Amino acid sequence: MSGTVTEFADFRWTEANRQEAERIIGRYPKGREASAIMPLLWLAQYQMSAQTGVAWLPLPVIEFVAAQIGMPKIRALEVASFYTMYNLAPVGRFHVQVCGTTPCMLRGSDDVLRACADKGLKKGDVTNGGLFTLTEVECLGACANAPMVQINDDNYEDLTYESMTAILDALIAGKTPKAGSQIGRTASCPEGGPTTLKDVA
Amino acid sequence: MTLADKDRIFTNLYGFQPWGIAHAMKRGDWADTKALMAQGQDAIIQKVKDSGLRGRGGAGFPTGMKWSFMPKESKDGRPSFLVVNADESEPGSCKDREIIRHDPHKLIEGALIAGYAMRARAAYIYIRGEYIREAEVLFAAVEEAYAKGFIGKNACGSGYDFDVFVHRGGGAYICGEETAMIESLEGKKGQPRLKPPFPAGVGLYGCPTTVNNVESIAVVPTILRRGADWFAGIGRPNNTGTKLFQIAGHVNAPCVVEEAMSIPFRELIDTQCGGIRGGWDNLLAVIPGGSSVPLVPAEQIIDAPMDFVGLKELKSGLGTAAVIVMDKSTDIVRAIARISYFYKHESCGQCTPCREGTGWMWRVMERLVTGDAEPHEVDLLLEVTTQVEGHTICALGDAAAWPIQGLIRHFRPEIEKRIAKRRGFVAVPGLAEAAE
Repeated sequence: MSGTVTEFADFRWTEANRQEAERIIGRYPKGREASAIMPLLWLAQYQMSAQTGVAWLPLPVIEFVAAQIGMPKIRALEVASFYTMYNLAPVGRFHVQVCGTTPCMLRGSDDVLRACADKGLKKGDVTNGGLFTLTEVECLGACANAPMVQINDDNYEDLTYESMTAILDALIAGKTPKAGSQIGRTASCPEGGPTTLKDVA
Repeated sequence: MTLADKDRIFTNLYGFQPWGIAHAMKRGDWADTKALMAQGQDAIIQKVKDSGLRGRGGAGFPTGMKWSFMPKESKDGRPSFLVVNADESEPGSCKDREIIRHDPHKLIEGALIAGYAMRARAAYIYIRGEYIREAEVLFAAVEEAYAKGFIGKNACGSGYDFDVFVHRGGGAYICGEETAMIESLEGKKGQPRLKPPFPAGVGLYGCPTTVNNVESIAVVPTILRRGADWFAGIGRPNNTGTKLFQIAGHVNAPCVVEEAMSIPFRELIDTQCGGIRGGWDNLLAVIPGGSSVPLVPAEQIIDAPMDFVGLKELKSGLGTAAVIVMDKSTDIVRAIARISYFYKHESCGQCTPCREGTGWMWRVMERLVTGDAEPHEVDLLLEVTTQVEGHTICALGDAAAWPIQGLIRHFRPEIEKRIAKRRGFVAVPGLAEAAE
């Protein structure tokens, strides 16, 4: 874990997030505040992203969240380290998560990873001057639109080497590429138009 | 025979219409839900039993029977809970995502009715962390339902109080296992619990709990509206109803589609997916139910009915109906090795056979991809899969073992050919060992 212990020791909720944290804790029965650990860690990671440009959870932030719900620090750290989506080390501004599991592999995730490599992205590393972190992830549940990548909060689907390159180029140029299918499909409707429910399409 | 549009439950599967409550109500959701509830809890459970609905999350346990395990009254003051499993993470599966982002009110209405039937006071919908946009829709849809008075105090004017909460996961496949999900909801690492006690006795917060898949819950309102007989009349006995199939891999048009249970594989692919890439002669093998189930070679699956019984007869399973199609260009050993890596990555580390075994099996599988192995290691690997299978708290160990067993069962000559080639022998069965 990187980041010094003192660096983020003054982490506090923003006013909006303080209220959101109260709402989150309210979803669980009295005495079961521990249940809120996961959503509160999410909230903290989003706040870190908004405040520093980097979505991650330094140790003092995890400790702050633990203290709010009266959870021992080690339990909170156990949770934060068990679930892969909490970043315990800084990531790039865009976390490029390429699915490499079999359904995506069959449809060409090797090409997607090659497109990343050709733009200088390296698995597990922050590259391109802090712009990207590349991670090969396990099935993200968009298999009918394989291959796919999740970049921060959005999915980019039905990728090829060329379309992945175009997405990375757009991000490098400071643009926002259009999320979803890159071949113009509507969600997981078959390419070429629906075979069912045609009257509502 | 393909399903007629009038018999489709998920009429906004692709999101051609907005997901919001006004459009959902036009599609028939929340139509006099009070009357559905007024039938009474036992009648609802009986109708779900009569419909033959089997759990859509993979195991296929009868949904109505599961609900009937819940206590009819609380003798010690403990409340009951419904947990909706939206932690869709089985490789190949992407159906619950479509329900959540395009038809979330079917799920929320289903949660109310199911929760009422099993006498739960609240539902927690546990959605996988990676479904970020989907979770946004779900949070908003729950807000809409509260604003309309459909959930919360006196839900739908029924006199029953029922809350629905959304809980986001953090990227752990194992949380799809019901007791791991409960642990995770309680704010812990998602490590499965030993059963018994079963969740219906001791579940979330030590209270009676039922965990159901998104699709199982979302079809319930329609079953009650159209009748158990209607649902039971689709598909074969013990395999009733409509089902969301997710077809990925080497078909011309991968998609998610609602079809009749028991539809033959060939018909499913030809009518909904534009056929196999390169034609039917180009089909190599199919994983019919998500990565956990063994693959089935082309000739066995082509005319098989896609249902629980039909696929079990092929020593595979329907699972989540995530159909992964592989044509003859596939490196079949690598395809399964990648699944082995998945299970190694997702093992929670609690049980030794799984924690150590998944890594060991994956490392051998990687060597089998290149043929860098001793001939006897194929049998050794098979032996190890049987040592992992059935020796762990949850089914992840089984799920890691089965794909490898399926590969060796059907593609052993391919594995042996690679080993022989790597060792400089021509591919003659038995020759490699004789030469040692």
